[in-house]
Order: sequence, then structure tokens, then C-alpha cells
Amino acid sequence: MDLNLSAEERKFRDEFRAWLEANVPKDWPEWREKPLDESFDYLRAWQRKLYEGGWAAVSWPKEYGGRSATLMEQAIFWEEMARVEAPPMANSLGLGLIGPTIIAYGTEAQKKRFVPKILSAEEIWCQGFSEPNAGSDLASLQTEARLEGNVYVVNGQKVWTSYGWIGDWCELVVRTDPSVPKHKGLTVLLMDMKSPGVEVRPLRQMTGESEFNELFFRDVRVPVENVLGQVNDGWNVAISTLMHERGSYGARLHLLFKRNISRLIELSRTFRRNGHPAAQDPLVRQKLAQCYAEIEIMRLNQLRAFSRITATGIPGPEGSIQKLFWSELNQRVQQVAQELLGPYGQLIKGDPHAVDNGIWSYGYLRTRGNTIEAGTSEVQRNIIGHFVLGLPRSY
Amino acid sequence: MQFGLSDSQQLLKENARKFFAAECPMASVRRLMETGTAYDQALWNKMAEQGYLGIIFPEEYDGAALGTVDLIVFMEEAGRALLPGPFFSTVALAAAVLNEAATPEQKKKYLVPICRGEARATVAILEAGASWDPANVRVVCANGRLSGEKLFVTDAAAANFILVAARDGVYVIEAKAAGIRIELMDGMDLTRPQYSVGLSKTPAEKLGNSSGLARGLEIATAALVAEMVGGMQRTLDITVEYAKTRKQFGKPIGMYQAVQHQCADMYLETESARSAAYYAAWALEENTPDAAAAVSIAKLYASDAGRTVGNRGIQVHGGMGFTWENDVHLYYRRAKASETMLGDATFHRERLARLVIDAQDALAKSA
Repeated sequence: MDLNLSAEERKFRDEFRAWLEANVPKDWPEWREKPLDESFDYLRAWQRKLYEGGWAAVSWPKEYGGRSATLMEQAIFWEEMARVEAPPMANSLGLGLIGPTIIAYGTEAQKKRFVPKILSAEEIWCQGFSEPNAGSDLASLQTEARLEGNVYVVNGQKVWTSYGWIGDWCELVVRTDPSVPKHKGLTVLLMDMKSPGVEVRPLRQMTGESEFNELFFRDVRVPVENVLGQVNDGWNVAISTLMHERGSYGARLHLLFKRNISRLIELSRTFRRNGHPAAQDPLVRQKLAQCYAEIEIMRLNQLRAFSRITATGIPGPEGSIQKLFWSELNQRVQQVAQELLGPYGQLIKGDPHAVDNGIWSYGYLRTRGNTIEAGTSEVQRNIIGHFVLGLPRSY
Repeated sequence: MQFGLSDSQQLLKENARKFFAAECPMASVRRLMETGTAYDQALWNKMAEQGYLGIIFPEEYDGAALGTVDLIVFMEEAGRALLPGPFFSTVALAAAVLNEAATPEQKKKYLVPICRGEARATVAILEAGASWDPANVRVVCANGRLSGEKLFVTDAAAANFILVAARDGVYVIEAKAAGIRIELMDGMDLTRPQYSVGLSKTPAEKLGNSSGLARGLEIATAALVAEMVGGMQRTLDITVEYAKTRKQFGKPIGMYQAVQHQCADMYLETESARSAAYYAAWALEENTPDAAAAVSIAKLYASDAGRTVGNRGIQVHGGMGFTWENDVHLYYRRAKASETMLGDATFHRERLARLVIDAQDALAKSA
């Protein structure tokens, strides 16, 4: 066990830190509050800058424009990004999930066609997975693709699509063979969102925003060369994407969590409760300390998982453990924020009495989605029960 | 950066597991817990031969000079085996304090016999107020003699000498010295008995560097957490095995999500406590600025998780979990005793709060 950075890791950190100091935009705080559709070009420009510096996708293999960074270097990358409060990248699904899947399963022609524009944010990607009747049971999805000569004709509906409104391309899971068991008849298509027959509608969520979209397909034509992986092997391709979704995301979240607890501690020193600063209230102290401890443990679990994957070479079900831990922790932290702030906690953005312009009421509501998106807590517990502990499959 | 066991640590772990499987199976645990002190001379001698009794202490005192992380690796296996008797009290607690707080001459006198397996020891801190804060200690020393009463002193009846926290420092007393009265405090954990230690003008020797007590207790706390993690792991293993084989409604109960999700949560809690224990050990070994916070994080988490893992394990076992015959309750009893030992979750949350809320620069440093 050695938790000190190695010489290579230190070099990686120092190089990226220096690059960030010279390049990170200083005016992000002014943009952060704006709706995503207004700030999107700003985020695109930022990703372009990272791309030109060779930093857009450090985890990717060098031959595809990445740096073949180790998991530890990836963790360092996100820590450094968070340390300077850098803006997120515009094409986050393309970089984090879909690009790696194309690199793993794509043909040479597909890699050449799609990968560079994912990196440069010229083409934004979204993901067409969930459907109204296929959530946790994703494999039961019904959107169908019928082969007609050299094209698949797609009909159906997707839901909970992030970036649907701005997406140029979509990683779409469809049913190509309804006659075989549900996992075996799926195929992944790379679909041009500008194709005739694609309709995108906003989906308003309980926070009041529309982060997500619904997608409707009526006779959308996708050429066969846009099949990703093998026909009817789409389940394995989709799972590969989901593993990325559950695995690496936790590493990026840690610093956001750390910012939240630091801010809550800061607030507790001045925010009054029963006539005294909340930081003097024994119950508040207990709860803040518990959150602080669990946020640190989330980091340690992630580092241990990275070390294990690095040693064995096998990305296992660690992602499920992380996903379960961070999503439920985030809800606990937001609840503590609510308890700390009392009636002020429910005030929303724009209200003159709201604390931190309503980020805590927003965070409280938004974190209800954390234990649902990217696989519900129930699904993560099923995965741990079956794949980690070897209990019989329950469904 | 490598946050896993090194090859030599992995070997230590495997050897310890084999050692306990051969020398301390559950049948022995059950036999020893009926003996009063839970101490077994033959087992102690074998642990001495393996070098386990001097695991982290310098070679000049006949120790094996391994690091805190190695101690944690070993303690995890000891916890998994539910090792009965005074190993924790002697090595992880008393010897760790001696190593930090004694003069070289005192180490020759007290630490060397521990490393050689010739002496057992423990540390007495709590009094009637049951506070782990040394500021609340009342026992006083007058003319080289200690008077007062210590409570919850683990393994005192098996000890040759006892380290006593007094108002002005840490003292050593011989277990057979004048004016000592050692009486059992009958508790839940049958494998690690606790005692009251009454002192009446008992002759005592002051340790040279009493400020070393704090670091000694940090090491002991990290070691205790590791032992708790081993107990959680064993509880999880027994429970999962049971869920795979016990059938109801024609199916293994582990197929039902209500059962499976309990097991998944046990796994999450065990792994999280393990991450925290390893990090605390490493932070102590490297003397990082956040070492005290890391120890409190580990203990507060494990104190709660040790209990909830046990609760879930018993629940999954159904009626079997409530029997004396099933081993789960033995681990549960240990977990319950360890939960408060060296500070419960509430104590360590407050200690962490002082470090991260009251000390304003602490966060900046760790951010």
C-alpha cells in the first residue's frame, strides 16, 4: 500500500495543473448559473480548448487522441479539474460513455468517422436506452428496427435522454429480432439525430427543469454500416456503456461532494439555530461530521476499486458499489443541508431570502433522481447480490 | 499510488488466515470463552513463535518491525477468527502505547517481554464517567502510588502489568502489586472479558513520555477497526453461505431481493469500513496531517457498521440466527463491545467535528 503519488503520476498532475492554470476560463462563475442551452456554446469552446491541449479524453488510448491514462491518472485529472472549478465539457456522454464504447466495438471506419468529432465537440452525443416500458428491465425494450435492404427502419420511443435537444448523434438500442429471448435480439445503432422521423420533446422533471428529453421515431432510416458491434449483440455493447456510466462517474463526483460539505460547514458557522451558530449545536455537529466522514470514505472506496482494477485488469461490479454509495450519500447530505437551513432550505432560486440562491432546495429535489438514474439502487443491490456475492439471480 | 495490499502484506494475510484456521477454529473459540480469561498459553506461545506479538515494534526490542498497515492486515484476520484472549489488549493497545510513551529502559523492561511472549498487558483509561477523553481522568498519583478505580479494563486478569492513565501521565503497575483489586465486569463479549481495577496506594512507575499515549491510542483504534472489519467480513460470509443453502417456498432465500439487498448492504458497509481502516493505518504510518481525522472517520463508521452488519446477518438467518449454536451472535457480541471501546460513533463524530468544523484551516489543508 502506498498512497503517495508515483513519479509518473506527479508528472501527469503537474503538467495538467500548469496547463489548467494557463487555460481555464476565469469567467465560468458568471456562466454557471445560466440554463444549459445558453451556456452550451461556451462549454463547447472549453472542450475544444482541452482537445487542442490533448486533455479532452485522457482515459482513451493514445491512438484515438487520448493519453492512455491509468485509472489513478484519471482520478488525478478530475481532481485537478475540480480544484480550479473548471467548467464541465459539452460532450460529456460522448467522452465518458459512447466514445469508449465505439473504440471498443466499432469498425475502423466508424472509429475514424466518429471519434475525432466526439473529442472536439463538433458532434454532441446522446444515449437512447430507457423507454416508457423499459426502465430497470432495459432488455425488454420495444423500439424496433426492421432491416429493409441496406437500412434499418426504426419505430418507437425513448425517454430520459440527456442532451437530446442538442444531440447530433445517438447511441440507440433497438430490437432487431423479436423472436429470440429478450437479451439476444438487441442491436446498437449509431443514429443521426437529424434523420427524418426523429422528434425530440422536452421532459420536465420534478425540479422544474428539462435536463432530459423524450425521443420519438417514425420510420427513421439508419444505414447498416451504423450498426455498432454485431447485430443482435447489442446487449453486451449497451452493458459496456453502462459500466462506464456507473464506474468512472463517482470519481468526478467526489469533489462536488467535498465542495458541498465545505460550504455546509462554512454556513454552519454563521447560520443561526436556536439563537446560536448552528456549528455549536451538538446534533448539527454530529450530522456534518457523519457526512464529512462518508464523503471521505466514498473517495477511499473509489481509490481502492481503481487499485483493484489496475491490479487485476478486470473492471468488475465496483461501479455498482460506487453508484449505490454516492447516490444515497448525496441524498443524506442534502437532507442535512435542509435540517441546517430549516425553513430557508425550501426557498428556490430567485427568492431574495434563499440561501446560496436556492442551490440547496434544488439539490434536495435533484438528488431524488440520483438513486434512480443510471440504474436504481434496487438494481445496483441486485448486481452486488448476484455478481459480487454469488447469490442466485432474483429476476 | 497503490491502495491495496503489497505482496508481503498479502502473504502476511494468507499466513495469518492459515494460522488461525489451524490454531484457533471456532471450536477453540467456544472452549476458551468458557474459561473466564479466554487466555490460552499454548496458543499464545505459537503466536510468539510466528512473531505476531512483536509485529510492529523495533527489532532492538525483539519486535518484527513491520508497519501499521501490516498490523491492520493481521488484526483483520484476528477479527475474522474471533481470536479470544488478550492479543488486542497486549499488542495493539498496551505495547503500542509503550512503544510511543516509554523510555528505552522502560521498553527493555516492558516491551521486550511482550514481544517475546513472556508477558501480557493492558491499558486502563475509563473510570466511572466512562469518558475516553483523557482530560476526564481522575486517578491520581501521590508519592509514586496510584489510587482510584478504573473500569472496563479489557483482559486485566490475564495481564502481568497494566498501563494506567492518571491525571499527570501514564503509569505502569504490576498486576500482583499491593493494593490492586481486579474484578470481572460481566459483559456481552465472552471472548474479551473486562474488569474493574481498584487501586489503593498501588506502587507505580511513570512512563517517560506520557504524551505518546495519544498516538498509541490512535494506533490501537485503527487496529480495533481492522479487527471489527474482520468480524464484519466473517458475518457476511456466513450469512451469504446460509442464504445460498437455506430454502423456503422451494427456493434458496438468497434469491429473494429482500434478503439479497440485506446482503448487498452488508457488503457495502464492510468494504467501506475496510477502506477507512486501511487509510487510517496508512495515514498513521506516514504521519499525514489528517491522521487523527482518518482514525475518527474509520472508528465512527465501523462502530455503526459493525452493529448494522450484525443486525442484518442475524435477520437473514431467521430463527437460526437467534440460537446460541449459530456463530453469528458471537461476532455480534464482539462488535457490540468494540462499538464503544476507544470511543463510539458519537464520540468520534464530535472529535472529527472539532478537527474539521472548529479548526478552520483543516479543511483547506485537506481540500
